[in-house]
Amino acid sequence: MGERFRAIWPPILIAVLFLAAWQLLVVVQDIKPYLLPSPSLIAGNFFSDLHLMWAAALYTGTTALLGLMFGTLLGILAALLAQRFIVINNLITPLAAGLAAVPIIALTPILNNMFNITSRTPRVLVTMIIVFFPMFVNITRGLIQVQPVQLELMRSMNANPRTVLRILRVPNAIPFFYTGLKIAAPLAVIAALVAEYFGGPQEGLGSRIASAAANTAYGRAWAYVVASILVGLLFYLVVIAVERWTTPWTGHNRST
Amino acid sequence: MTTTTTSELAVQASGVWKVFNEGQPNEVTALQDIDLTVSRGEFISLIGPSGCGKSTLLRVIADLTHATKGAIQVAGMPAAQAREEQRYGMAFQQAALFDWRTVQRNVELPLELQGWAKDKRQARAAELLEMVQLADFATHRPWELSGGMQQRVAIARSLAVDPPLLLMDEPFGALDEMTRERMQNELLRIRQETGKSIIFVTHSIPEAVYLSDRVVVMSARPGRITNIIDVNLGSRNEDTREAESFFESVTAVREALRGRGGGSVSARVGEV
Repeated sequence: MGERFRAIWPPILIAVLFLAAWQLLVVVQDIKPYLLPSPSLIAGNFFSDLHLMWAAALYTGTTALLGLMFGTLLGILAALLAQRFIVINNLITPLAAGLAAVPIIALTPILNNMFNITSRTPRVLVTMIIVFFPMFVNITRGLIQVQPVQLELMRSMNANPRTVLRILRVPNAIPFFYTGLKIAAPLAVIAALVAEYFGGPQEGLGSRIASAAANTAYGRAWAYVVASILVGLLFYLVVIAVERWTTPWTGHNRST
Repeated sequence: MTTTTTSELAVQASGVWKVFNEGQPNEVTALQDIDLTVSRGEFISLIGPSGCGKSTLLRVIADLTHATKGAIQVAGMPAAQAREEQRYGMAFQQAALFDWRTVQRNVELPLELQGWAKDKRQARAAELLEMVQLADFATHRPWELSGGMQQRVAIARSLAVDPPLLLMDEPFGALDEMTRERMQNELLRIRQETGKSIIFVTHSIPEAVYLSDRVVVMSARPGRITNIIDVNLGSRNEDTREAESFFESVTAVREALRGRGGGSVSARVGEV
């Protein structure tokens, strides 16, 4: 516990000092809110509109969660196929690398036209596509990169490919799965949020940030940014908690 | 040879060749015309320089790779069938334990693959962990154990289905000298208790001599058997390592290893 405390207090101290310096700078230099609102103004807006923050976070968080779930499922399925059929692996992997370089978020207006812009669907789709790549790439690597000696061992024990998948490859891929998920979860929140900038329902954090900024309510815009950060952080922390809970064996070489 | 004597053999390799990349410019003859017979209950070491094919020979016996030519019988049946029927257990230089399983469940693995009931395989694993003196570590994770302990878990696992033959590929190669000698004594004790036949790959001369009834000396390019040296040290204990007869056998193996390649014959002629 003492060790944990020692690990926690330096970042907290730095955050407090940073906020204090920020506040001081804005007050002393009399900086206008459209340039940089003070932390106290942002906090005031955040807490006075807490129910709005909550509603917007819930909307965008739901989009992100749906996209994360579907993208992860798709990633798992594609990875299972890729490890089973080397041809598919050779087909999908370069494709995945190529598509990962495409700014998928730019597809949003097109998806908005293809699907119902008044629904959540185009946003979930964008999030799903963005989530798919880190999940697919990491899970595939985990399924394929098993120690050769472990494969030999399985063969010496007369295990068929299906058993090897169940006993060796899938458990081996689980830490890789979480590596992918730690990248994909915050990415899902960003994708769900940015997708809202391209029109459609105005309930989410992205829409709220855009409209608050357009109405020169800078304190409120920043308050929504804070809410977005909290949602992203929540996604990340939940992944880490689930990882620790489900994979006790990776504790010896975990870095985060 | 009559059928009775054949079934008394743990392993019989006759005219075994293994050629990698056959017919290509980078063709390598890993094994050339290997004849080897291992009696039931015998401890055989395969020794030789890197690239002499000793590990390949072990893998061919284990049916992890196929011989290009020749026949292998393990426990009186073809190698493939012996593997399918789990007539051997195998241990490698890396313990190859699964981090996500406890020590106990690592030992249970071969039994699980054989479809043993849970309570039966738990009892069997407990018994084996007792034998390798790791009963207290059953619920630990492999990475919590030292290298020597991990290797003992791997040996327990290789014994799980009670196969008549153990194939060991430099299992103590990554251990420090002290641990290594302790593990050698452990292995001899386990052998005494279980009566297994053992084929043991090593590149340590004293280790081969200390453990084995016969040391099979191999040479590289192409990999073949150059000598088979009988070791008669009786029952081993720590004094054995300092006995005159031990050093004589070590010297015999060393000289056999030196007479390598085409020089083998001339070296022997030179000595005479």
